[in-house]
Amino acid sequence: MITNIILAGVGGQGILTIAATLDTASLNNALFFKQSEVHGMSQRGGAVESHLRISDGQIYSDLIPMGEADMILGMEPMEVLRYLPFLKKEGWIITEKNPFVNISDYPPMDAIFTKIESYKNHLIIDASAIAKKLGVTKAANMVLLGAASHFIPIKDRALRAAIKSLFQSKSDRMVQLNLKAFDAGKQYVTTMESVLK
Amino acid sequence: MRNIVLGNEAVAQGAIDAGISGVYAYPGTPSTEITEYIQRKKDEKYLDIHANWSANEKTAMEAALGMSYSGKRAMAVMKHVGLNVAMDAFMNMAIAGVNGGLVVVVADDPSMHSSQNEQDSRYLANFARIPIVEPSNQQEAYDMIRHAFNLSEQLQLPVLLRLVTRLSHSRSLVTFNKPRKQKKINFLEDIKRFQLIPARAKPQYDKLIKKQKRIRTFSEESPFNKLVISKDTSLGIIASGIAYNYLMENFQEGCRYSCLKVSQYLLPRKQIKYLFDHCEKILVLEEGYPFIEEQLADFFEEDHKVIGRLTGHLNRTGELNPSMVAKALGIKKKKTNKIPDFVTGRPPQLCDGCGHRDTFNALDEIRKIIGDKQIFGDIGCYALGALAPHHTISTLIDMGASITMAKGAADAGVHPAIAIIGDSTFTHSGMTGLLDCINDKSPITLIISDNSAVAMTGGQNSAALAKLKNICLGLGVDPEHLKMIEPLPKNHEENVAIIQKELDYKGVSVIIAQRACVRLPGERKKMIKEILAAQN
Repeated sequence: MITNIILAGVGGQGILTIAATLDTASLNNALFFKQSEVHGMSQRGGAVESHLRISDGQIYSDLIPMGEADMILGMEPMEVLRYLPFLKKEGWIITEKNPFVNISDYPPMDAIFTKIESYKNHLIIDASAIAKKLGVTKAANMVLLGAASHFIPIKDRALRAAIKSLFQSKSDRMVQLNLKAFDAGKQYVTTMESVLK
Repeated sequence: MRNIVLGNEAVAQGAIDAGISGVYAYPGTPSTEITEYIQRKKDEKYLDIHANWSANEKTAMEAALGMSYSGKRAMAVMKHVGLNVAMDAFMNMAIAGVNGGLVVVVADDPSMHSSQNEQDSRYLANFARIPIVEPSNQQEAYDMIRHAFNLSEQLQLPVLLRLVTRLSHSRSLVTFNKPRKQKKINFLEDIKRFQLIPARAKPQYDKLIKKQKRIRTFSEESPFNKLVISKDTSLGIIASGIAYNYLMENFQEGCRYSCLKVSQYLLPRKQIKYLFDHCEKILVLEEGYPFIEEQLADFFEEDHKVIGRLTGHLNRTGELNPSMVAKALGIKKKKTNKIPDFVTGRPPQLCDGCGHRDTFNALDEIRKIIGDKQIFGDIGCYALGALAPHHTISTLIDMGASITMAKGAADAGVHPAIAIIGDSTFTHSGMTGLLDCINDKSPITLIISDNSAVAMTGGQNSAALAKLKNICLGLGVDPEHLKMIEPLPKNHEENVAIIQKELDYKGVSVIIAQRACVRLPGERKKMIKEILAAQN
């Protein structure tokens, strides 16, 4: 079984941290993975994507084929739409609600949300607000990961261990805050019964 | 134990374990993390490996050769366009040969994610007549760097290891081997082959040509070139490097056609001959230019036996992906969602608070007067000055070209001719151009936008740190026309006035706009400030 996830966002929003967490968690769960990421010029406030593939068997391509993504996980609502050609028919769109507007021709929000909502399996989360309430605005990415974790075949324990090992070098406080953010995201989806049936 | 590493890090760890004594490199996407990884490991594990950055790819290549000449293993690392800079050394060390193993690792950037072209380094290795290895996944990247060092030592030739962006920047799990000891200093008894005067170069070149047969035999016997024959004779496939993954992605249960995986060159003739005799058509899958396809395709386009990028079965330019390969294989395409029309592009841009922004703001005032054709740009973060909102720079060609293009324009009678270059790009390839300007008294104004880091690739140490003023004076810039400014919004008017005044001068003027990259950690900014203060 292979799970394909497109991570989408803008340079600096922390999608590579989500990717790194999932990588480490895959290793913790004795799974294979390949995770392609963007370095260099686009990291300067440009569109950034990462292809993440997790499997219990061998994975060939570092890139996800068109129409094969089980999930587009976005830190930015317009950015998730950029990768729609990758999405499977029953795939999930999970995205942060707040736009990152650093371009002059950013499209109207209602057009973006209408499009996302036209897909049956979607979740639009105000992850920034949830993170802010916890006092860690920067951990919106971990809120989102917590929400998405319901649909990713990696055990919570492995994900939490990955968060611990990734933030350990910063401080114990950072570990605790990011774990809290992860749990808050997880909890947010648990309360939405309609999503989890 | 399995380790999480980028393709680049797999190469780096593989090189450490293969027993290198030095890595020589200049940062450049997508190659940068190779050297950074070795620098990190060197500090963590007290490794006795040289790993400091070089001023440019040519100095890197030559230093690597010097280490190899002394008997130790060395690696030179660069991005594809960096190999152009190092080409003189690269071509001639193929003639001289090496002593300690020498591997040149080049990361190509098909689709130009972070580059000005998508040139394919396999052509340049072929030009130099040296072997190439091309891993297709992270484990192979780790394994093949040691294989490349072995090849280099057996053949006494440099070997090129080719990477592409999607392998360099993709993470996976890799198992490491036992590390091997470094070599000791051990000169060759006869060093004449390193003296490339014509009398020595001619027999060396003959020797290189004679070695080609052995290089081919090594490829035919390489465990990394794998031929799998199938009963289906309608199609045979040659898939090299990362393209092999895109093929297999479409055949999870095993490829239904006969397939030759190529990861070592010269092309293995024996296996290809077998495939040609066995199959009606040959599909070539390769990342980058049609390097293999051009060697195999029929010149007169008569038999159409070989298909690939040249025949329109695959995109002629840009990267491959599994979906494109599926199409070439005639596998039916799934219906996919479309990107809504209202989704707009989001190009990269300079960071908030970046000093280049303030320098561009000052230049934009000048542009209102002189128009938008006379500001010659260069390679670095400030290349983004070609895009909105600034549109400041008129040209962007290669490392250092800002200065020399401004000179050529000035020679043509254009005035003012303004060049803008970063600190690290200046010491990489700008100094000699400035010397030309000084010797020729060319009326140009050079702005060195000095952020004291190689910022675009992640803020590596700049070879130019605290040296710019003295370099300029040493080259002969008139001290009266060497100005220092601090690019900050509060200094805007003053800076515009200084630039404007220098534009009126009919000679070489240099303005150093110094402010550390905003992305550098506070500690490093403080250190830079102290070093610069001590200099002044």
